[in-house]
Amino acid sequence: MFPYIPNTDEDVRVMFDRLGISDVDQLFSDIPESLRFKGLLAIGAPKSEIEIRNMMHELADQNLSGYGTSCFLGAGAYDHMVPAIISSLVQRSEFLTSYTPYQPEISQGTLQVIFEFQTMICELTGLAVSNASLYDGPSAAAEAAMMSAGVNKGNKILLSATLNPEVKEVVKTYMRFRSIEVVEIPEKDGHTDLEAMKEMLDSEAVAVMIQSPNFYGVVENLEGVSEAAHNQKAHFILMQDPISMAILKTPADWKADIAIGEGQPLGNTISFGGPHLGFIAVTKKLMRKLPGRIVGQTVDLDGKRAFTLTLQAREQHIRREKATSNICSNQAINALIATIYMATMGKEGLVEVAEQSAKRAAYLKKQLVATGKVKAVNNRPFFREFVVELPKPAKEVNQALLEKGIIGGYALSGKDENQMILCATEKRTKDEMDHLVRVMEAIL
Amino acid sequence: MIQYDQLIFEISKPGRKGYRLPIDDFTGFEVSDLFPAELQREGKAELPEVAESQVVRHYTNLSNKNFGVDTGFYPLGSCTMKYNPKINDEIAGLSGFTCIHPLQPEESAQGALGLLYDLELKLAEITGMDAVSLQPAAGAHGELTGIMMVKAYHDARNDTKRTKIIVPDTAHGTNPATAAMVGFEIVEVPSDETGGVDVEALKAVLSDEIAGLMLTNPSTLGLFEKNIEEIAALIHGVGGLLYYDGANLNAVMGKSRPGDMGFDIVHLNLHKTMSTPHGGGGPGAGPVGVKQRVAEFLPKPVIVKEEDGYRFEYDRPLSIGKMKGFYGNFGVLVRAYTYILTMGAEGLKKASEMAVLNANYMQARLKEDYILPFDTICKHEFVLDGLKGMSEIEVTTLDVAKRLLDHGYHPPTIYFPLIVHNALMIEPTETESLETLDAFCDAMIEIAREAKESPELLKNAPMNTIIRRVDEVRAARKPILRWVKEENHG
Repeated sequence: MFPYIPNTDEDVRVMFDRLGISDVDQLFSDIPESLRFKGLLAIGAPKSEIEIRNMMHELADQNLSGYGTSCFLGAGAYDHMVPAIISSLVQRSEFLTSYTPYQPEISQGTLQVIFEFQTMICELTGLAVSNASLYDGPSAAAEAAMMSAGVNKGNKILLSATLNPEVKEVVKTYMRFRSIEVVEIPEKDGHTDLEAMKEMLDSEAVAVMIQSPNFYGVVENLEGVSEAAHNQKAHFILMQDPISMAILKTPADWKADIAIGEGQPLGNTISFGGPHLGFIAVTKKLMRKLPGRIVGQTVDLDGKRAFTLTLQAREQHIRREKATSNICSNQAINALIATIYMATMGKEGLVEVAEQSAKRAAYLKKQLVATGKVKAVNNRPFFREFVVELPKPAKEVNQALLEKGIIGGYALSGKDENQMILCATEKRTKDEMDHLVRVMEAIL
Repeated sequence: MIQYDQLIFEISKPGRKGYRLPIDDFTGFEVSDLFPAELQREGKAELPEVAESQVVRHYTNLSNKNFGVDTGFYPLGSCTMKYNPKINDEIAGLSGFTCIHPLQPEESAQGALGLLYDLELKLAEITGMDAVSLQPAAGAHGELTGIMMVKAYHDARNDTKRTKIIVPDTAHGTNPATAAMVGFEIVEVPSDETGGVDVEALKAVLSDEIAGLMLTNPSTLGLFEKNIEEIAALIHGVGGLLYYDGANLNAVMGKSRPGDMGFDIVHLNLHKTMSTPHGGGGPGAGPVGVKQRVAEFLPKPVIVKEEDGYRFEYDRPLSIGKMKGFYGNFGVLVRAYTYILTMGAEGLKKASEMAVLNANYMQARLKEDYILPFDTICKHEFVLDGLKGMSEIEVTTLDVAKRLLDHGYHPPTIYFPLIVHNALMIEPTETESLETLDAFCDAMIEIAREAKESPELLKNAPMNTIIRRVDEVRAARKPILRWVKEENHG
């Protein structure tokens, strides 16, 4: 009756006989009578594959998506190219249907992938040690903050105003329950106000967290941040987009202690915000404070190279309440996707993606400003995203764009409600961008 | 066949490419003009340079070194390694789901919002709760969300003396780790001789400092907590909340609901109970369900249904806040929703019944050769305490597990729960055939015989896998956590 349940009536009878029972409910007799659920759950009757496909296609079709829709939204989820080999390889069910690699003898595939992932993240960030992934960028930021709160003395953490608001929100949630005060470093022309930061830093700070390219797309100049933080025995946590690391100074170049980021741009589809992956890399000094799984290289009994989960004395299944984090399942398949992506694009390709994205965004900004109806909000260097000032609320403009089948940018709110953050990746063609410019010109 | 043993970096060669991007025709936009030198990276990240065909062969070869549910039987206790239906993957891969931006206007994503809204309703019905958030990314993340809500609930009542969370000694490691992350002190209560929470010991630790109790039911021993009503009354009696770890929900779908048992907050592991693939360690999804009195603390945004459609509601003053970016692991949620629709009420009930029947059948077959510490009806899993007479022949549970690899099986969960010293925790799930259960039991019984007659077979196991046992001490003592060119090109 159910394709996923192989037991036939005859099989059930054989098992009943072995157990000396005549009704499956006898196996539920340990549940007190008052707690036994009577009847059927109100979740509907079973459906056939054809019915499911019809229903789900109908739902999917209600969403504006895919080819034919130009998307100029970024703000934490980016429409980069996803190479075709990813969807093919990721369906290898030896990867997809396995559990966490606790048995290394039959998990060398997953383990080696994680080892390669860790290596690539170390190469991108310049830092010494990476873990196997975290849930996403914002939760990676929260884990980094937890780590600093655990290592350093103090009762507050400094967050730049230019961080993605989703990141700020998640860090605030975690910090509230850790009794750490979150203090916001103000911004100046779309850049973290580093002078203000230096004044705000004192011995109570456990870390300074800054994002670059920041929420507005601005590439921050972080000269002196690390020294200022270290003078107060605080960590410098740098959140950086992984694609940007191919051409921009790395967290290691800025002497960050902890690098974190959203790994989605590395070959993962946007998928309404998840599953994506977070990454975290740290200096060698902080290796044993990292949350989550880490894979190490070792040998088997015959001396053959092998990989295994290691440094597990940090983790919840060994240390319980003394663990560095409670994280267990992470985002292994998304890390596999990121690994295949980085292997496919490689040393040159990632640079090309970064450069093409930056150039296309620069082109778009220039063309928009040239209409005379849109103003640049600042003239700082930017990567992939930039802010413009419109003559009317950005939300209204987005509505008008939507009617033309275009997904516009991120509408800021409050006093900045006329401002919009627009994004261009290597996928946005000149035609698409020129079309956006023409439509904007007509709307505004 | 010769074993493939290369790292992707080792097949790299300068000049090879695995991609093709459009011709860069944005003349007049030079990178050197866009970014001043002090912002630019010096040198390139040493990523591999390989052709597309090589990437495909490399990762295909690596996948061959893995064992998944699609490869064979995977009776890993507490992990519910059931079959992952392919229709779920097909549906989650529709471009109407993969190519939608979380921040695009709500009216252009009504299909996604409607799906999430209905999934919340269905999960609330399955668990007997009043409201559900789909935001948490995994089970442990759901626990964290839940325990933060426990804290927020008491704080909102200015009840700040509640600093302790009770956790039974059979609990998953994530339970105490989670409570500690929220700043609670952990009070551990022992199990009684029947494997349940020792109610007298529980009473002894109760006070107005108790914020709540975290419980898995059925427990990690695979036993239904018979005294759950009394336990709930006791915890509620001192003003605490009851938290349900949903790792073992596969035992009771349509048979009993945490909400009816008295739980205030539950998390589910959709990657266990609702058949979404584990992916070698994620992504999962750990939705949280709550009773009405806790609902205002749920993570924001929540989805609301109005006359003209669905929208996200952010104005939630008592919410604990956001737990992750956007709204949850959407692709996983689509798979779980597809599964629930496929199975329907009858199917989920049948799944739990067959999971429990399969477990009891295996327990009956194995208890002659293995120690069964709690000889009673089990739920979806059961725990053995190693081989009978094992201490005399110096064979360990680890040896049994490793020998199972040679027989072609993924071993059960071992050495957990901690109170059973030589634990082998076996969870067959409902998606295995009687032939598979019998073949596995035959292998276990054969291993019991081997242990007595030729223990070296167990000691040296596995012999038939692509690598043998690994040196974990070496891995931890001198950690090599990334590939380095010099060391590996000897």
